[in-house]
Amino acid sequence: MAGENVKHLTDAEFDEYVLKADLPSLVDFWAPWCGPCKAIGPVIEELAGEYAGKVQITKMNVDDNPTTPGKYSIRAIPTLILFKGGEIVDQVTGAVGKTQLVAMLNKTV
Amino acid sequence: MAKTDYQLIILGGGPAGLTAGLYAARDRLKVLLLEKGVVGGQVLVTDWIDNYPGFPDGLTGSDLIDKMAAQAKRFDLQTKNGNVVKVELSEATKKLILESGEELTSQTLIICTGARPNKLGITGEEDLTGKGVSYCATCDGPFFRDQEILVVGGGDTAIQEADFLTKFASKVTVIHRRETLRATKVLQEKAFANERIKFIWNSNVIAIEGEKEVERVRIRNNDGEEKEIAASGIFILIGTIPNNEILPLAQLGADEQGFIVTDNEMRTKIPGVMAAGDIRSKNVRQVINGAGEGAVAAIAAEHYLSEQE
Repeated sequence: MAGENVKHLTDAEFDEYVLKADLPSLVDFWAPWCGPCKAIGPVIEELAGEYAGKVQITKMNVDDNPTTPGKYSIRAIPTLILFKGGEIVDQVTGAVGKTQLVAMLNKTV
Repeated sequence: MAKTDYQLIILGGGPAGLTAGLYAARDRLKVLLLEKGVVGGQVLVTDWIDNYPGFPDGLTGSDLIDKMAAQAKRFDLQTKNGNVVKVELSEATKKLILESGEELTSQTLIICTGARPNKLGITGEEDLTGKGVSYCATCDGPFFRDQEILVVGGGDTAIQEADFLTKFASKVTVIHRRETLRATKVLQEKAFANERIKFIWNSNVIAIEGEKEVERVRIRNNDGEEKEIAASGIFILIGTIPNNEILPLAQLGADEQGFIVTDNEMRTKIPGVMAAGDIRSKNVRQVINGAGEGAVAAIAAEHYLSEQE
Protein backbone atom coordinates (compact mmCIF):
# COMPACT_ATOMS: atom_id res chain seq x y z
CA MET A 1 0.00 0.00 0.00
CA ALA A 2 1.42 3.34 -1.00
CA GLY A 3 1.13 6.23 1.37
CA GLU A 4 0.28 9.56 -0.21
CA ASN A 5 3.78 10.85 0.45
CA VAL A 6 5.51 8.20 -1.66
CA LYS A 7 5.52 8.90 -5.35
CA HIS A 8 5.52 5.82 -7.59
CA LEU A 9 7.75 6.65 -10.52
CA THR A 10 7.70 5.37 -14.07
CA ASP A 11 10.60 5.30 -16.54
CA ALA A 12 8.93 8.13 -18.45
CA GLU A 13 8.75 10.38 -15.38
CA PHE A 14 12.22 9.68 -14.03
CA ASP A 15 14.26 12.42 -15.75
CA GLU A 16 11.76 15.16 -15.07
CA TYR A 17 10.87 14.15 -11.53
CA VAL A 18 14.26 13.04 -10.20
CA LEU A 19 17.15 14.30 -12.31
CA LYS A 20 15.75 17.79 -12.88
CA ALA A 21 14.31 18.20 -9.41
CA ASP A 22 15.31 20.98 -7.05
CA LEU A 23 14.99 18.72 -4.03
CA PRO A 24 17.11 15.60 -3.50
CA SER A 25 15.25 12.39 -4.36
CA LEU A 26 15.53 8.98 -2.78
CA VAL A 27 14.48 6.24 -5.21
CA ASP A 28 13.63 2.80 -3.82
CA PHE A 29 14.02 0.32 -6.66
CA TRP A 30 11.81 -2.62 -5.75
CA ALA A 31 9.60 -5.42 -7.09
CA PRO A 32 6.57 -7.24 -5.71
CA TRP A 33 8.38 -10.60 -5.66
CA CYS A 34 11.20 -9.39 -3.42
CA GLY A 35 10.75 -10.16 0.29
CA PRO A 36 13.32 -7.68 1.61
CA CYS A 37 11.76 -4.96 -0.60
CA LYS A 38 8.40 -5.61 1.00
CA ALA A 39 10.00 -5.52 4.43
CA ILE A 40 11.44 -2.02 3.98
CA GLY A 41 8.21 -0.67 2.48
CA PRO A 42 6.89 0.68 5.81
CA VAL A 43 10.25 2.36 6.51
CA ILE A 44 10.03 4.18 3.16
CA GLU A 45 6.50 5.32 4.04
CA GLU A 46 7.69 6.70 7.38
CA LEU A 47 10.61 8.52 5.79
CA ALA A 48 8.28 10.08 3.23
CA GLY A 49 6.25 11.59 6.04
CA GLU A 50 9.25 12.76 8.01
CA TYR A 51 11.17 14.24 5.09
CA ALA A 52 8.22 15.83 3.28
CA GLY A 53 9.40 19.10 1.76
CA LYS A 54 13.07 18.17 2.24
CA VAL A 55 13.62 15.00 0.20
CA GLN A 56 11.35 13.48 -2.44
CA ILE A 57 10.81 9.88 -1.38
CA THR A 58 9.95 7.75 -4.39
CA LYS A 59 9.65 4.13 -5.45
CA MET A 60 10.14 2.49 -8.82
CA ASN A 61 8.86 -0.97 -9.66
CA VAL A 62 11.68 -2.53 -11.68
CA ASP A 63 9.36 -5.04 -13.35
CA ASP A 64 7.18 -2.34 -14.87
CA ASN A 65 10.08 0.05 -15.50
CA PRO A 66 13.18 -1.75 -16.81
CA THR A 67 14.92 1.23 -18.44
CA THR A 68 16.00 3.24 -15.40
CA PRO A 69 17.32 0.23 -13.40
CA GLY A 70 19.24 -0.81 -16.54
CA LYS A 71 20.76 2.65 -16.88
CA TYR A 72 22.09 2.45 -13.31
CA SER A 73 23.24 -1.21 -13.62
CA ILE A 74 20.89 -2.35 -10.87
CA ARG A 75 21.04 -6.14 -10.59
CA ALA A 76 20.04 -6.48 -6.95
CA ILE A 77 17.10 -5.13 -5.03
CA PRO A 78 16.11 -3.41 -2.89
CA THR A 79 18.55 -0.75 -4.08
CA LEU A 80 18.05 2.76 -2.77
CA ILE A 81 19.71 5.61 -4.60
CA LEU A 82 19.82 9.20 -3.41
CA PHE A 83 19.97 11.71 -6.27
CA LYS A 84 20.78 15.39 -6.02
CA GLY A 85 21.21 17.78 -8.93
CA GLY A 86 20.92 14.89 -11.37
CA GLU A 87 23.80 12.95 -9.80
CA ILE A 88 24.00 9.95 -7.50
CA VAL A 89 25.16 11.08 -4.07
CA ASP A 90 24.64 7.85 -2.15
CA GLN A 91 23.49 4.30 -2.77
CA VAL A 92 22.72 1.25 -0.66
CA THR A 93 21.53 -2.26 -1.46
CA GLY A 94 19.66 -4.59 0.89
CA ALA A 95 17.01 -4.36 3.58
CA VAL A 96 18.75 -1.73 5.64
CA GLY A 97 17.19 -0.27 8.77
CA LYS A 98 15.62 3.11 9.25
CA THR A 99 18.55 4.39 11.30
CA GLN A 100 20.95 3.81 8.41
CA LEU A 101 18.64 5.48 5.90
CA VAL A 102 18.10 8.48 8.16
CA ALA A 103 21.88 8.85 8.49
CA MET A 104 22.21 8.68 4.70
CA LEU A 105 19.53 11.34 4.15
CA ASN A 106 20.83 13.65 6.87
CA LYS A 107 24.29 13.74 5.29
CA THR A 108 22.75 15.32 2.20
CA VAL A 109 19.84 17.38 3.50
CA MET B 1 17.42 -6.31 42.03
CA ALA B 2 18.63 -3.09 40.42
CA LYS B 3 16.13 -1.12 38.38
CA THR B 4 16.44 -1.70 34.63
CA ASP B 5 14.68 -0.34 31.54
CA TYR B 6 13.40 -3.78 30.64
CA GLN B 7 13.01 -7.25 32.11
CA LEU B 8 14.03 -8.75 28.79
CA ILE B 9 15.71 -7.43 25.67
CA ILE B 10 15.71 -9.57 22.54
CA LEU B 11 18.52 -8.82 20.15
CA GLY B 12 17.42 -9.53 16.58
CA GLY B 13 14.01 -9.92 14.92
CA GLY B 14 14.11 -13.08 12.82
CA PRO B 15 11.87 -16.09 13.56
CA ALA B 16 13.69 -16.83 16.85
CA GLY B 17 13.49 -13.25 18.09
CA LEU B 18 9.87 -12.75 17.03
CA THR B 19 8.82 -16.00 18.72
CA ALA B 20 10.70 -15.13 21.90
CA GLY B 21 8.99 -11.75 21.73
CA LEU B 22 5.58 -13.34 21.26
CA TYR B 23 6.03 -15.58 24.30
CA ALA B 24 7.45 -12.82 26.52
CA ALA B 25 4.89 -10.20 25.50
CA ARG B 26 2.03 -12.65 25.94
CA ASP B 27 3.34 -13.39 29.42
CA ARG B 28 3.35 -9.65 30.16
CA LEU B 29 7.10 -9.21 30.60
CA LYS B 30 8.48 -5.74 30.07
CA VAL B 31 10.21 -6.70 26.85
CA LEU B 32 11.87 -4.91 23.94
CA LEU B 33 12.89 -6.40 20.61
CA LEU B 34 15.84 -4.59 19.04
CA GLU B 35 16.39 -4.98 15.31
CA LYS B 36 19.09 -3.19 13.36
CA GLY B 37 17.50 -3.64 9.93
CA VAL B 38 13.95 -4.77 9.38
CA VAL B 39 12.31 -7.70 11.15
CA GLY B 40 12.52 -11.00 9.33
CA GLY B 41 16.17 -11.78 8.97
CA GLN B 42 17.30 -14.35 6.48
CA VAL B 43 13.81 -15.79 6.00
CA LEU B 44 12.94 -12.71 3.98
CA VAL B 45 15.13 -13.93 1.17
CA THR B 46 13.53 -17.37 1.08
CA ASP B 47 11.35 -17.66 -1.95
CA TRP B 48 9.06 -20.37 -0.69
CA ILE B 49 8.67 -22.27 2.57
CA ASP B 50 7.03 -25.66 2.34
CA ASN B 51 8.16 -27.12 5.64
CA TYR B 52 6.74 -24.79 8.27
CA PRO B 53 3.79 -26.66 9.79
CA GLY B 54 0.38 -25.03 9.85
CA PHE B 55 0.65 -23.74 6.28
CA PRO B 56 -0.37 -26.73 4.15
CA ASP B 57 0.02 -24.85 0.87
CA GLY B 58 3.37 -23.29 1.79
CA LEU B 59 4.02 -19.54 1.77
CA THR B 60 6.75 -17.02 1.04
CA GLY B 61 9.34 -16.13 3.64
CA SER B 62 8.08 -12.56 3.84
CA ASP B 63 4.46 -13.68 4.33
CA LEU B 64 5.53 -15.96 7.17
CA ILE B 65 7.41 -13.10 8.83
CA ASP B 66 4.43 -10.76 8.39
CA LYS B 67 2.28 -13.29 10.22
CA MET B 68 4.84 -13.79 13.00
CA ALA B 69 5.23 -10.03 13.46
CA ALA B 70 1.47 -9.49 13.47
CA GLN B 71 1.03 -12.21 16.07
CA ALA B 72 3.66 -10.67 18.35
CA LYS B 73 2.11 -7.24 17.81
CA ARG B 74 -1.29 -8.55 18.92
CA PHE B 75 0.32 -8.96 22.36
CA ASP B 76 1.88 -5.48 22.13
CA LEU B 77 5.48 -6.54 21.64
CA GLN B 78 7.52 -3.34 21.62
CA THR B 79 10.14 -3.19 18.87
CA LYS B 80 12.87 -0.68 18.20
CA ASN B 81 15.15 -0.08 15.25
CA GLY B 82 18.70 0.35 16.45
CA ASN B 83 22.20 -0.90 15.91
CA VAL B 84 23.85 -2.22 19.06
CA VAL B 85 27.58 -1.53 19.06
CA LYS B 86 28.50 -2.82 22.50
CA VAL B 87 27.09 -5.22 25.07
CA GLU B 88 28.16 -5.37 28.70
CA LEU B 89 27.07 -8.61 30.31
CA SER B 90 29.40 -9.02 33.30
CA GLU B 91 27.01 -7.55 35.87
CA ALA B 92 23.50 -8.64 36.83
CA THR B 93 22.21 -5.64 34.86
CA LYS B 94 22.86 -6.24 31.18
CA LYS B 95 23.72 -3.10 29.29
CA LEU B 96 23.42 -2.48 25.54
CA ILE B 97 24.92 0.57 23.89
CA LEU B 98 23.46 1.69 20.58
CA GLU B 99 25.23 3.43 17.72
CA SER B 100 23.22 6.55 18.58
CA GLY B 101 24.87 6.55 22.02
CA GLU B 102 21.66 5.50 23.75
CA GLU B 103 22.05 2.95 26.56
CA LEU B 104 19.47 0.33 27.39
CA THR B 105 19.47 -1.92 30.44
CA SER B 106 17.73 -5.19 31.06
CA GLN B 107 17.70 -8.03 33.54
CA THR B 108 17.83 -10.68 30.84
CA LEU B 109 18.92 -10.87 27.23
CA ILE B 110 18.09 -13.27 24.40
CA ILE B 111 20.60 -13.15 21.58
CA CYS B 112 18.96 -13.84 18.20
CA THR B 113 21.39 -12.05 15.94
CA GLY B 114 21.35 -14.88 13.43
CA ALA B 115 23.78 -15.55 10.65
CA ARG B 116 24.57 -14.13 7.24
CA PRO B 117 25.66 -15.62 3.94
CA ASN B 118 29.21 -16.85 3.83
CA LYS B 119 31.46 -15.38 1.15
CA LEU B 120 33.99 -17.09 -1.05
CA GLY B 121 36.57 -14.42 -0.33
CA ILE B 122 37.93 -14.41 -3.88
CA THR B 123 39.05 -11.75 -6.34
CA GLY B 124 36.19 -9.78 -7.84
CA GLU B 125 33.58 -10.98 -5.38
CA GLU B 126 33.23 -7.77 -3.40
CA ASP B 127 33.68 -5.36 -6.30
CA LEU B 128 30.99 -7.07 -8.38
CA THR B 129 28.46 -7.60 -5.59
CA GLY B 130 25.12 -6.27 -6.81
CA LYS B 131 26.54 -6.30 -10.34
CA GLY B 132 26.07 -9.99 -10.95
CA VAL B 133 27.43 -11.40 -7.69
CA SER B 134 24.48 -12.19 -5.45
CA TYR B 135 23.69 -13.96 -2.20
CA CYS B 136 19.90 -13.79 -2.66
CA ALA B 137 18.22 -15.68 -5.48
CA THR B 138 14.74 -14.37 -4.74
CA CYS B 139 15.92 -10.77 -4.69
CA ASP B 140 18.06 -10.80 -7.76
CA GLY B 141 17.04 -13.83 -9.85
CA PRO B 142 14.63 -11.95 -12.14
CA PHE B 143 17.46 -9.70 -13.34
CA PHE B 144 18.91 -12.72 -15.14
CA ARG B 145 16.05 -13.58 -17.49
CA ASP B 146 17.24 -15.76 -20.40
CA GLN B 147 20.84 -15.55 -19.25
CA GLU B 148 23.35 -18.21 -18.23
CA ILE B 149 24.25 -18.05 -14.58
CA LEU B 150 26.10 -19.98 -11.89
CA VAL B 151 25.25 -21.19 -8.42
CA VAL B 152 28.03 -22.06 -5.99
CA GLY B 153 27.26 -24.59 -3.25
CA GLY B 154 25.72 -28.00 -2.63
CA GLY B 155 23.50 -27.59 0.40
CA ASP B 156 19.73 -27.10 0.72
CA THR B 157 19.83 -23.39 -0.05
CA ALA B 158 22.05 -23.73 -3.11
CA ILE B 159 20.01 -26.53 -4.65
CA GLN B 160 16.59 -25.06 -3.86
CA GLU B 161 17.59 -21.69 -5.25
CA ALA B 162 19.24 -23.23 -8.35
CA ASP B 163 15.85 -24.73 -9.12
CA PHE B 164 14.11 -21.40 -8.41
CA LEU B 165 16.55 -19.55 -10.68
CA THR B 166 15.59 -21.68 -13.68
CA LYS B 167 12.31 -19.74 -13.68
CA PHE B 168 14.36 -16.91 -15.14
CA ALA B 169 17.75 -18.07 -16.35
CA SER B 170 18.08 -20.14 -19.51
CA LYS B 171 20.78 -22.26 -17.86
CA VAL B 172 21.95 -22.61 -14.27
CA THR B 173 25.26 -24.33 -13.63
CA VAL B 174 25.87 -25.51 -10.09
CA ILE B 175 29.52 -25.54 -9.10
CA HIS B 176 30.22 -27.76 -6.13
CA ARG B 177 33.53 -28.58 -4.51
CA ARG B 178 32.57 -32.23 -3.84
CA GLU B 179 31.07 -34.93 -6.04
CA THR B 180 27.87 -35.34 -4.05
CA LEU B 181 25.34 -32.84 -2.78
CA ARG B 182 24.62 -32.23 0.88
CA ALA B 183 21.08 -31.02 0.06
CA THR B 184 18.10 -33.06 1.18
CA LYS B 185 16.91 -35.85 -1.16
CA VAL B 186 13.71 -34.20 -2.34
CA LEU B 187 15.60 -31.09 -3.44
CA GLN B 188 18.29 -33.16 -5.17
CA GLU B 189 15.71 -35.15 -7.13
CA LYS B 190 14.01 -31.97 -8.30
CA ALA B 191 17.31 -30.44 -9.37
CA PHE B 192 18.53 -33.54 -11.22
CA ALA B 193 15.22 -33.69 -13.07
CA ASN B 194 15.44 -30.06 -14.13
CA GLU B 195 16.88 -29.89 -17.65
CA ARG B 196 18.07 -26.33 -17.20
CA ILE B 197 20.37 -27.26 -14.31
CA LYS B 198 23.87 -28.56 -15.03
CA PHE B 199 26.53 -29.55 -12.52
CA ILE B 200 30.26 -29.08 -12.33
CA TRP B 201 31.65 -31.31 -9.60
CA ASN B 202 34.85 -31.25 -7.57
CA SER B 203 35.55 -27.64 -8.46
CA ASN B 204 36.07 -24.31 -6.74
CA VAL B 205 35.50 -20.84 -8.11
CA ILE B 206 38.78 -18.96 -7.79
CA ALA B 207 38.01 -15.58 -9.37
CA ILE B 208 35.07 -13.53 -10.66
CA GLU B 209 35.84 -11.24 -13.56
CA GLY B 210 34.18 -8.44 -15.52
CA GLU B 211 34.54 -4.76 -16.29
CA LYS B 212 31.37 -3.22 -14.90
CA GLU B 213 29.38 -6.39 -14.42
CA VAL B 214 30.13 -10.09 -14.05
CA GLU B 215 31.25 -11.51 -17.38
CA ARG B 216 33.03 -14.75 -16.47
CA VAL B 217 34.46 -16.77 -13.60
CA ARG B 218 37.54 -18.92 -13.28
CA ILE B 219 37.24 -22.33 -11.68
CA ARG B 220 39.80 -24.90 -10.61
CA ASN B 221 38.99 -28.59 -10.20
CA ASN B 222 40.45 -30.87 -7.57
CA ASP B 223 43.14 -32.03 -10.03
CA GLY B 224 44.35 -28.45 -10.32
CA GLU B 225 43.01 -27.82 -13.83
CA GLU B 226 41.67 -24.34 -14.41
CA LYS B 227 39.08 -23.09 -16.85
CA GLU B 228 36.94 -20.05 -17.61
CA ILE B 229 33.16 -20.03 -17.73
CA ALA B 230 31.15 -17.18 -19.22
CA ALA B 231 28.27 -16.07 -17.00
CA SER B 232 26.43 -12.84 -16.24
CA GLY B 233 25.53 -13.83 -12.71
CA ILE B 234 26.91 -15.90 -9.87
CA PHE B 235 24.85 -16.79 -6.81
CA ILE B 236 27.03 -17.72 -3.85
CA LEU B 237 25.05 -19.95 -1.51
CA ILE B 238 27.66 -21.68 0.64
CA GLY B 239 26.27 -21.57 4.14
CA THR B 240 26.31 -18.94 6.79
CA ILE B 241 28.57 -17.25 9.32
CA PRO B 242 27.42 -15.98 12.72
CA ASN B 243 26.53 -12.35 13.38
CA ASN B 244 28.66 -12.30 16.52
CA GLU B 245 30.85 -9.22 16.12
CA ILE B 246 29.53 -7.39 19.18
CA LEU B 247 29.29 -10.45 21.42
CA PRO B 248 31.75 -11.44 24.18
CA LEU B 249 32.20 -14.97 22.84
CA ALA B 250 34.59 -16.30 25.49
CA GLN B 251 32.27 -15.18 28.25
CA LEU B 252 29.15 -16.58 26.56
CA GLY B 253 30.68 -19.82 25.30
CA ALA B 254 31.09 -20.38 21.56
CA ASP B 255 32.16 -23.09 19.13
CA GLU B 256 35.12 -22.89 16.74
CA GLN B 257 33.06 -21.13 14.07
CA GLY B 258 31.87 -18.50 16.54
CA PHE B 259 28.32 -19.78 17.04
CA ILE B 260 27.08 -19.56 20.64
CA VAL B 261 26.89 -22.74 22.69
CA THR B 262 23.87 -23.11 24.98
CA ASP B 263 22.31 -25.80 27.15
CA ASN B 264 18.91 -27.35 26.37
CA GLU B 265 17.14 -24.35 27.87
CA MET B 266 19.05 -22.02 25.48
CA ARG B 267 21.09 -20.63 28.40
CA THR B 268 24.63 -19.41 27.75
CA LYS B 269 27.40 -19.45 30.35
CA ILE B 270 26.29 -15.99 31.51
CA PRO B 271 23.32 -16.14 33.91
CA GLY B 272 20.29 -14.39 32.44
CA VAL B 273 21.63 -14.47 28.88
CA MET B 274 20.09 -16.89 26.38
CA ALA B 275 20.67 -17.46 22.67
CA ALA B 276 18.26 -18.79 20.05
CA GLY B 277 18.08 -19.34 16.30
CA ASP B 278 20.87 -19.37 13.75
CA ILE B 279 23.41 -17.76 16.09
CA ARG B 280 23.37 -20.97 18.17
CA SER B 281 25.86 -23.74 17.68
CA LYS B 282 23.81 -26.55 16.09
CA ASN B 283 23.52 -28.72 13.01
CA VAL B 284 20.06 -27.82 11.76
CA ARG B 285 19.19 -24.25 10.81
CA GLN B 286 15.53 -24.17 9.85
CA VAL B 287 12.79 -21.62 10.55
CA ILE B 288 10.95 -24.16 12.68
CA ASN B 289 13.73 -24.82 15.17
CA GLY B 290 14.69 -21.15 15.25
CA ALA B 291 11.14 -20.33 16.31
CA GLY B 292 11.09 -23.23 18.79
CA GLU B 293 14.32 -22.09 20.37
CA GLY B 294 12.93 -18.57 20.70
CA ALA B 295 10.04 -19.96 22.73
CA VAL B 296 12.34 -22.02 24.96
CA ALA B 297 14.64 -19.02 25.50
CA ALA B 298 11.73 -16.77 26.51
CA ILE B 299 10.60 -19.34 29.06
CA ALA B 300 14.17 -19.63 30.36
CA ALA B 301 14.23 -15.83 30.76
CA GLU B 302 11.00 -15.99 32.76
CA HIS B 303 12.42 -18.71 35.01
CA TYR B 304 15.54 -16.66 35.62
CA LEU B 305 13.47 -13.57 36.45
CA SER B 306 11.27 -15.44 38.91
CA GLU B 307 14.35 -16.92 40.61
CA GLN B 308 15.79 -13.42 41.08
CA GLU B 309 12.71 -12.03 42.82
